[in-house]
Amino acid sequence: MSKNSAPVPQNFFTTGGKQTSPLRLLRNRLLTALCIVLSLLTLVPLLSIIILLLRNGLPLLGADLFTQLPPAPGQDGGGFGNAIVGTLVMVGIALIFSVPLGILSAVYINEYAPTSKLAAAVRFVAKLLTGIPSIICGVFAFAAVVMTTHQFSALAGGVALSILILPTILLTSEQALMGVAYAYREASFGVGATPFQTIWRIVLPEALPAMMTGVMLAVARASGETAPVLFTALFSYNWIHSLMEPTASLSVLIYNFASLPYSHHISMAWAASLVLVILVTIVNVSAQIIFRPRHR
Amino acid sequence: METLSNEKVTEDMIPPDITQPLPLTDDFVPGESNFIQVKDFKFFYGKKQALHGINLEIPSRKVTAFIGPSGCGKSTLLRNFNRMNELIPGVRHEGDITIHGTSIYDPSVEIIALRRRIGMVFQKSNPFPMSIYENIVYPLRIAGQKNRAVLDETVERCLRSAALWEEVKDRLHESALGLSGGQMQRLCIARAVASRPEILLMDEPCSALDPIATAKVEELIIELKKDFTILIVTHNMQQASRVSELTAFFYLGNLVEFDSTRKIFTNPSKKQTEEYITGRFG
Repeated sequence: MSKNSAPVPQNFFTTGGKQTSPLRLLRNRLLTALCIVLSLLTLVPLLSIIILLLRNGLPLLGADLFTQLPPAPGQDGGGFGNAIVGTLVMVGIALIFSVPLGILSAVYINEYAPTSKLAAAVRFVAKLLTGIPSIICGVFAFAAVVMTTHQFSALAGGVALSILILPTILLTSEQALMGVAYAYREASFGVGATPFQTIWRIVLPEALPAMMTGVMLAVARASGETAPVLFTALFSYNWIHSLMEPTASLSVLIYNFASLPYSHHISMAWAASLVLVILVTIVNVSAQIIFRPRHR
Repeated sequence: METLSNEKVTEDMIPPDITQPLPLTDDFVPGESNFIQVKDFKFFYGKKQALHGINLEIPSRKVTAFIGPSGCGKSTLLRNFNRMNELIPGVRHEGDITIHGTSIYDPSVEIIALRRRIGMVFQKSNPFPMSIYENIVYPLRIAGQKNRAVLDETVERCLRSAALWEEVKDRLHESALGLSGGQMQRLCIARAVASRPEILLMDEPCSALDPIATAKVEELIIELKKDFTILIVTHNMQQASRVSELTAFFYLGNLVEFDSTRKIFTNPSKKQTEEYITGRFG
């Protein structure tokens, strides 16, 4: 029995039957490669759209676009300042209606009565509504606002958009509230806070950044939707003077001008598309900066 | 002290709800032997019974430890003293808990006032995502206190009583989430004493802390019992023997034995207690 009789393995990790099988290694590499390729593929349509917009929209981009009114068919020059204002006004109206409604409903169904029948009903309806086509929102607002006021208007457009985005805001707000640790609520109740104080001082500030992500998604969706505003706000070649008159929007302008036979109008539709994307990006980024979580 | 106001705090600046005792503790006597009474208390989570007729008398200004294996009901009982369990849907109780003779379930008792009289420290430290300063004044802010001098005074008093003042006095307005685990738990203790409670409930306050931080919190508990009646749930036998005067041993929702800590740890009268203490089960 000599001490040194056992042969020392060449390499501790690659001998002794504990090596990884080549098939296992190969499968791992193949799947990793597949994930990388597919991720790159998702970038293709996104990047193509941006490149297309920049190529077709940039040549016309200038101060006039923001300050001038749209040209009559067949004429050159002009801009779509009224459509930018119209879009902002209608998205603003939609937010005024749907943000308080969505967030407060989310607070009720998540904080006050999560297991109630009402909460279950609200959740079910909201999930159902996220799936309905946007044109239905337009039809509803047409019947509810346009028919009763006998007027195409920014208000009707705003109402249609608010119905469109309400379920998104409600459901993302509920998710945001769910994401707030129960320990915070416990700590607050533990020192004698009322449910209202707990929600207002602790839960809502903590959920705010995530809620704003939902609101921003809604803003992006609302500013780009054509169907809900097409036959509620209609279109206008003039500046907006009141909420109760036909109002231009970027999305309807793109739809209208792109189908005209004039090359200048088609170029304007491209420029309007670019401006829309830029606007949504600016709103998104600034909201992320404003509602950044404070204490981390 | 540069960060704090130098204005002197007088009694009349403190609002009545903080200085004047609530009816609950009208003529509070330190050293009362039956300060907290638990009378045939049963507790149910839905259909599951967690506590089976607990009877217990806890004296004031002492540390009482609740020990027992997981699921024995010790935390459930603790969380009933400030009625925190009621936040869970589907719970109910039978029997009664009185504090200084008044039932905590009496219709005249406001749950908000009750929780300000009975502070709680949780297993996992849970400072709010705010500054150290705002964490401590939170109990005062929700009570409507706006006087800067009172708030400043409270912050210093509570941080000193939680033995944290020296460590954080220069960064009171920085996020509480930047503190170490042990500091966070002491901050939570400071927050719990900010509303000047009579009773402190501690639910395994050291289970997430390292030994050094644990030692600091234990020192603090011994220091705090001069002013507070402390009930502490712990899984750590040494901790129970180090900090408490009285120990209650729970098993399967029953109170098996309740006696002086010395008696429980040296000469328990029940076999189950002895087996648990010596580590034969649990």
